[in-house]
Amino acid sequence: MPPKANIGKTNVLGLERADYKGLTSTLCPGCGHDSISNQIISMAFEMGLQQHNVVKFSGIGCSSKTPAYFLNGSHGFNSLHGRMPSVATGATLANNRLIALGVSGDGDTGSIGFGQFKHMIRRNVPIVYIIENNGVYGLTKGQFSATADEGQKLKYYGENPLPAIDLALEAIIGGCTFVARSFSGDAKQVQTLLKAAISHRGTAVVDIISPCVTFNNDPQSNKSYDYGKKNEIPLHHIDFIQGGFVPAREEITVEYGEGEVIDVNMHDGSTIRLKKLGRDHDPRSRARAIALLEEAQREQTFVTGLLYYEEPRPLLGETLHLVEEPLANLSDDQLRPSREALDKLMHAFM
Amino acid sequence: MCALNVANQVQAGAYSGQPIVNNFTIMAATKNGSGSQTSNNVLVLSLFRMGIPVNGKNLFPSNIKGLPTWYSIRVSKDGYTARRVTTEIAVVFNLDTAAEDINNLPPGGVCLLPAEWKWTQSRQDIVYYELPVKELMAKTDIPSDFRDRIANMVYVGAVAQLFGIPMDVIYKALLDNFNGKEKPTKMNYNVAALAYDWAKDNLQKRDPYRFEPMNKTQGKILISGNEAGALGSLWGGVSIVAWYPITPSTSLVDAVLDYKHLRRDPATNKETVAIVQAEDELSAVGMIIGAGWAGARAMTSTSGPGISLMSEFAGLAYFAEIPCVIWDITRLGPSTGLPTRTSQGDILFAHFLGHGDTRQICLLPGTVEECFEFGWRAFDIAEQFQSPVFVLSDLDLGMNNWMGEPFAYPSQKINHGKRLDKEKLEEFFAKYGEWYRYKDYDGDGVGYRTVPGTDHPRAAFFTRGTGHTEKALYSEKSADWVANMERLHRKMENARDLLPPPMIDYHAGKKIGIISFGTNEPAIAEARDWLAAQGIQTNYLRARALPLAHAVHEFVKQHEQVYVIENNFDGQLCQIIRMEIHDTRHVTALTLGDSLPMTPDWIVKQIVEKK
Repeated sequence: MPPKANIGKTNVLGLERADYKGLTSTLCPGCGHDSISNQIISMAFEMGLQQHNVVKFSGIGCSSKTPAYFLNGSHGFNSLHGRMPSVATGATLANNRLIALGVSGDGDTGSIGFGQFKHMIRRNVPIVYIIENNGVYGLTKGQFSATADEGQKLKYYGENPLPAIDLALEAIIGGCTFVARSFSGDAKQVQTLLKAAISHRGTAVVDIISPCVTFNNDPQSNKSYDYGKKNEIPLHHIDFIQGGFVPAREEITVEYGEGEVIDVNMHDGSTIRLKKLGRDHDPRSRARAIALLEEAQREQTFVTGLLYYEEPRPLLGETLHLVEEPLANLSDDQLRPSREALDKLMHAFM
Repeated sequence: MCALNVANQVQAGAYSGQPIVNNFTIMAATKNGSGSQTSNNVLVLSLFRMGIPVNGKNLFPSNIKGLPTWYSIRVSKDGYTARRVTTEIAVVFNLDTAAEDINNLPPGGVCLLPAEWKWTQSRQDIVYYELPVKELMAKTDIPSDFRDRIANMVYVGAVAQLFGIPMDVIYKALLDNFNGKEKPTKMNYNVAALAYDWAKDNLQKRDPYRFEPMNKTQGKILISGNEAGALGSLWGGVSIVAWYPITPSTSLVDAVLDYKHLRRDPATNKETVAIVQAEDELSAVGMIIGAGWAGARAMTSTSGPGISLMSEFAGLAYFAEIPCVIWDITRLGPSTGLPTRTSQGDILFAHFLGHGDTRQICLLPGTVEECFEFGWRAFDIAEQFQSPVFVLSDLDLGMNNWMGEPFAYPSQKINHGKRLDKEKLEEFFAKYGEWYRYKDYDGDGVGYRTVPGTDHPRAAFFTRGTGHTEKALYSEKSADWVANMERLHRKMENARDLLPPPMIDYHAGKKIGIISFGTNEPAIAEARDWLAAQGIQTNYLRARALPLAHAVHEFVKQHEQVYVIENNFDGQLCQIIRMEIHDTRHVTALTLGDSLPMTPDWIVKQIVEKK
């Protein structure tokens, strides 16, 4: 057994779980998104996150309303439909010490914001990018989204004639180094994956099937609670062991023994411990992760867990060779070259 | 100009009339991508170094190689830098346009063309100088890969000899053009020198045009508006540039790349300026809004199509009150339009960019000095008003080289506006017992903001494009919406007289007022002199920001006749004036919008005809 996080009524900062709450949700009662918000609150509480260092981002849609419903002590930015990745890119470039949490939906990410999603991943923006995926447009009352499976039926819009976009697969193909899928009805797995994701260095995509109780919860729908509860196939039993103040290691090593356990050691000293359940899946292999998701799509199976993990690539700010200090905190002297430098330069134009 | 007087004797022999000194335009017609840029830059720089007031304008196609391009160089002993309708001297090096280029010359004009064309010299009223380009190039040992590109140096040498540019000046200009690299300098120089010597030995000067050294450019600089804007931004503390390539704005970001080393941290050799090439303009503006929200000074540079893509984000930033700077190097639209031709056609769109009731702050530079000044000032203004700031330059100002005074070091310290760090937030709570993001504590419409990462338990607030209260909470109540819009209105009304004020040349008693903005400046300055010579006295106001200063309103009221001169089709500044001022029966829009920089010739004709 991994050591259980020693969390009582208060966390390492002396804060209670309630301190991490947000405003009251205005989503439909029973919405999968609210249970994800709850797991974000638990994750932040148990990880002892400093709320002032956390920034919350979202686009537009039901999912994108949720950053108001957790972590009231953090700055939040409910931006434009599909455009949250660019806003988060700018903000995390401006201040590299911020911990970014993005909440998006399947319409936000899979359609209008698909380009920004892919380019955020390509740049390796440091963010936990949560997709609250219900296969349907809720606020506009029940149109198919791009993640709805082919042949699926909806009340007003009939049968979906088009194949689904698998956002986890797209993330892996796009170069994302942490890709997970979960189910909002599997609270423990969601929370554990979020803890691992927030410890990751770089873009971490967590695609969470989150049923829409109003427009897409028919037991026939593979984005419904009933379906998820009956059909979820967790790849592993996952434990997250927080590294605490263990110094960062030079190299990430994933040790996969003969046995049943994979320990993924992360940059910050944390460990994701994966215990084999029904089937073999080694999240270190990109090819196998892609094959797994293609098979799941073909056979309409609902696999969850850590799909893919690799050693983090340089963050965008590192690629750009930026100073360590947040750009937003530069002094006026650092922001403005001297009078002499201007005079010298002017002579070059004479 | 007395070109007509010489028209009937030009073919006869050596010119014996009065010389025309430092007061004419020379144009080089070449093919795009043929290397003529080096030749033209070297000519402009050489004339500038000779102390002669000069302006070069590149009229280029939307094409990489092959289509016709024209570069016109005007020298003016009186210091005028506007485009002129007439070109006295044509370097005709593009066979595709040769007939038209020669036809456009005025009587008494001069044509330099390759001898190997064996062109029929059908015009008797101009001077032809045939240059044996092929023959001269064959004498050089230049590798064949370079030969075509360097052949344009033949006209540099011939122009230098015929009209009077010392070859040592040409050499120095070439050396600077190639950043001090001797090999390409010599390769180019040798061709120019060969042509110079050939012209000296073989051509008899039969025209009146002469360059003569002056001292009118001493202490001045020669720079493009885009370079000036980039330098201004670097001195203004830009830390994040997100952009998508688009003509004619690309060279602004290129210049940030060229000079960002001036901001490099000397201790670590790391950058304080992040430059991100985004996947589109929409993402570019999203990035700078995220960065501005998080406390960095962020900008993008684009042109019309990019501005179109940015409109939703611009409305968000206006409404959520986030500072950022957006340069629009205007080109001709709508749609793709003429992407390599100049225009002032985005002013209405930019000012009202965003759906709903938006009024964006726009700065309107008219000179390279203002490109620099507004470059740094834009960030202060954006933070002062917690709003996007658009800087509307144009292709003519942005991509051409202009004379200017060396840039003045920013006259004010960096101003982050009403931004509360931890200590200031504590002071704020001590004073008011509260802090609400969008509450108007000072009555000027501008609230106090915090940025993420502020280590204070009450620093956080939620930013949204949805309706919100002064506490930044979601609200669908009409009263909250209206209160917020009234505050935004108050903010923009206050901005009128806090933005760069209009430049005004006013003398009581003059009945005609001219209003304009941006790069029409040199054409208007010259036109006013011509008009005055004809006895037509004018006052002049050049607007430098939107929303318009109250001084613009005053100026309109002070005159019996007001002409609003702009380089767009619909008279967009005039429309803004009409929106704001009740009685505008005496206001007339003089609009050109023909894809070219404005000329004094056109302005004078319009005003004389209207009078």
